Amino acid sequence: MSEMNQGDAVRIGLAEEMRRDPLVWALGEDLSTAHGGTSGSQYYQLIDEFGPKRIVNTPISENTIMGAAVGAAVAGTRPVADLRMADFAMCAVDELVNQAAKIRYMFGGQARVPLVVRQMIGARKGGAAQHSQSTEAWYVHTPGLVVIAPATPGDAKGLLKAAIRCDDPVVFMEHKELMAATGEVTDDPEAVMPIGKARIVNEGSDLTIVTWSKMALIAAEAAELLAADGINAEVIDLRSLWPWDKDAVYTSVAKTGRLLVAQEAVQVGGFGAEVAADVAENMSDALKTHVRRIGAPRIPVPYAEPMEAEYRITAEHIVAKAKEVAGA
Amino acid sequence: MAEETITNKPARVFELYKTMSLIRAFEEAAEVAYDAGFVNGSIHQYIGEEAIGTGVCSNLRDTDYILSNHRGHGHAIAKGANPEAMMKELFGRVGGTSGAKGGSMHIADFSVGMLGANGILADGTTMGVGAAQALVLRGVDAIVTVFVGDGTTNRGPFYEALNWSMIYELPVLFVCENNTYASSTVTRSVTAGAGPVARAEAFGMPAFDIDGNDVLAVDELAADLISRVRGGGGPHFLHARTYRIKGHISRDKMLYRPEGETEERWKGEPIGRCAAWLLDNGIGQDELDEATSSAEKQIADAVEAAHAAPFPDAKLAFADVQDIGAPQ
Repeated sequence: MSEMNQGDAVRIGLAEEMRRDPLVWALGEDLSTAHGGTSGSQYYQLIDEFGPKRIVNTPISENTIMGAAVGAAVAGTRPVADLRMADFAMCAVDELVNQAAKIRYMFGGQARVPLVVRQMIGARKGGAAQHSQSTEAWYVHTPGLVVIAPATPGDAKGLLKAAIRCDDPVVFMEHKELMAATGEVTDDPEAVMPIGKARIVNEGSDLTIVTWSKMALIAAEAAELLAADGINAEVIDLRSLWPWDKDAVYTSVAKTGRLLVAQEAVQVGGFGAEVAADVAENMSDALKTHVRRIGAPRIPVPYAEPMEAEYRITAEHIVAKAKEVAGA
Repeated sequence: MAEETITNKPARVFELYKTMSLIRAFEEAAEVAYDAGFVNGSIHQYIGEEAIGTGVCSNLRDTDYILSNHRGHGHAIAKGANPEAMMKELFGRVGGTSGAKGGSMHIADFSVGMLGANGILADGTTMGVGAAQALVLRGVDAIVTVFVGDGTTNRGPFYEALNWSMIYELPVLFVCENNTYASSTVTRSVTAGAGPVARAEAFGMPAFDIDGNDVLAVDELAADLISRVRGGGGPHFLHARTYRIKGHISRDKMLYRPEGETEERWKGEPIGRCAAWLLDNGIGQDELDEATSSAEKQIADAVEAAHAAPFPDAKLAFADVQDIGAPQ
C-alpha cells in the first residue's frame, strides 16, 4: 500500500491497464501536454510511455471524443474518453445516451461497447453554474450504462481499472475537490475492485446514512459529530450508483430502521430519490420512521462564497437532518 | 458485394445492376408490407439512390466497415447483409438482423462490416472516425466508409469528424448522398455557401462531386478514392447528387414537393440508366429481365420467410441491456 492523492492513483491505475492490454487507450482534451489532464495529474506524462496513438490529445470536439470512443469500442478496442467535466459532457450526451448505451441492445447483441467516459462532477470553489454540476442521476436513468462515483483514491483506482475491464459502457465520475485528497492505495496491478459493492465508511446502529462521492467524506465527518452526541450513524458509500448495492443498504436499514440519503447534487429528481423510494417500497417493515433526503436546493450553483454556501450540503446540515431521523 | 476483380466491364456493371435490383425489390416489398400493417415502425426507402451504395460498396471488402444512417437498407444489402434477415427485422420476427430489437432504422450486420443504420444524423461520422482509429491501433488493413445525407451537412458533429479525420490522417471515405431533401425541406434552401464539397475542402480534404445516379461513374470514382484511402492517402469525400424518389418515410404524402417533380426526376433513376448502358454493351433484354425476376423472387421469398417466422419471446426485451446492473 502507498499513500497518494487521487489524481496520482487514477493515473497509475490507467497506466497499469494500458500496460496489461494494448487495446486500452485514452482520448480527450489536454492529454498530451505537460498539463496532464484537467486535474493536472490524471494523465501526466503518460504520453511519454504510450505515445500519441494511445494517449490521444484531441481538439475541443466533445461530440467526436464521445462518438469516436463509441466507434472505437465497437471496433474492438477499449477507449477511455475524457470529457473533463460533467458540464462539458453535456455536449456529448447524444453519443453517450443514444449510441454507447443503445448499440448493444438495438443491434440485437451483435456488438459490445466497452468504453469508459470520465467526467468530473461536483462544486469546486468558485466554479459557478457551468463548472460545478453533479449529473450522475441523468446516467443512472439511462438503461445500458454503468455509473461509478468513487470517494477515495483507493476506490478510484480500483474502480477505474474495473471500469476499463468492463464490457459495458461506464460513466466514471470523479469529484473535482477530491483529486488532491490522499489515501491508502494498493500497489498490486492486479487488484481490481468489484463494481456495485458499497463501502461501510462508519459502522453504527442508530441510523443509516447512504451517500457517495465527496458527500461520503462529509457524511463521515457528520458521523463523528453525531457520535459526540451519542448517536451512532452507519455511513454507506455506495461507490457505484448503477448498479447500486441494495444488499448493503437493506442490511444496514434492517439493523438501524432509519435512513437518511445525502447527496451533493440537486435533491429534486436526484439519485437519492431512487434510493429513498426503493427502501421505502421494500423495507417498510424495518423502518421505524419515514425516509429522509438531503441534497442541494434546486438552484444553479452560484459564484460568490456566501451564495455558494447556500448550495453546499455540510456536515452540520447532515447532523441536523440525522437527528431528525434518529428522533433525537 | 465484396471487392471483385472483374475486368470485363459489362459483366461488372451487370453485377451492379443485380445489386441495385435487389435493393429496389426490397424497398418496394417493404412498402407493400408496411401498407399491409406488417412493419411496426417507419421505413426510409432508398429508391432512386441505389447506385451510390452499390457503386461504393462494390469496392469494399468484408473486413471494411460502413456506418449508415436512417436510410440504410440499400447500404446494408450492398455491403452483403442478408435481405431475408433484414426483412425479418422489419417484420419484428425471430431471425432479424438485430434480433428484432431495432427494426428498419437499426439494421446492422457486423459479420459483413455493416456497423449499423442509425437514427441520429451525423453520429455515423463521429463513430466512423473512432472505428478508423481502432483499425489503426489494431493494425488492421481496412478502411471505414461513412454514408451521410445532405441534411447532415448542417450538423455540427459532422464538421468535428471531418476535422478529426484529417488531423489523425484516418482511413475514412465520407460519402454524402445528396438526395435534395432533408426530410420535407429542400436542403439547398437551408444551406449557406457552395455546398458539401466546398465545406469538405475547407478542411483540406480531397472532395469530389459526381452524378450519383450513374452507377458506372460512382463505381469508378469510388474505386479510385477507396484505393487512395486504403493506400494511406487519408480521408476523402465523395459527394453524389441524387434524388429521393419516395417520401422521407414511406407514408409521407410529399405535399411539400412541386407537382410533376418526382415524375420528372424518375426519368433519371439509376437502374433504368444502367439497363440502357448494358443493352448498348452486349447484355440482352432477356438477361436483364431474368436478373430483375431473380431479385424479385429472392425478395418475395424473404417476405414469405418473414411472414412464417414467429415473433420473438417478449422476455427478450430484457436481454442485451448490460451485464453489470442488468434489468431484474
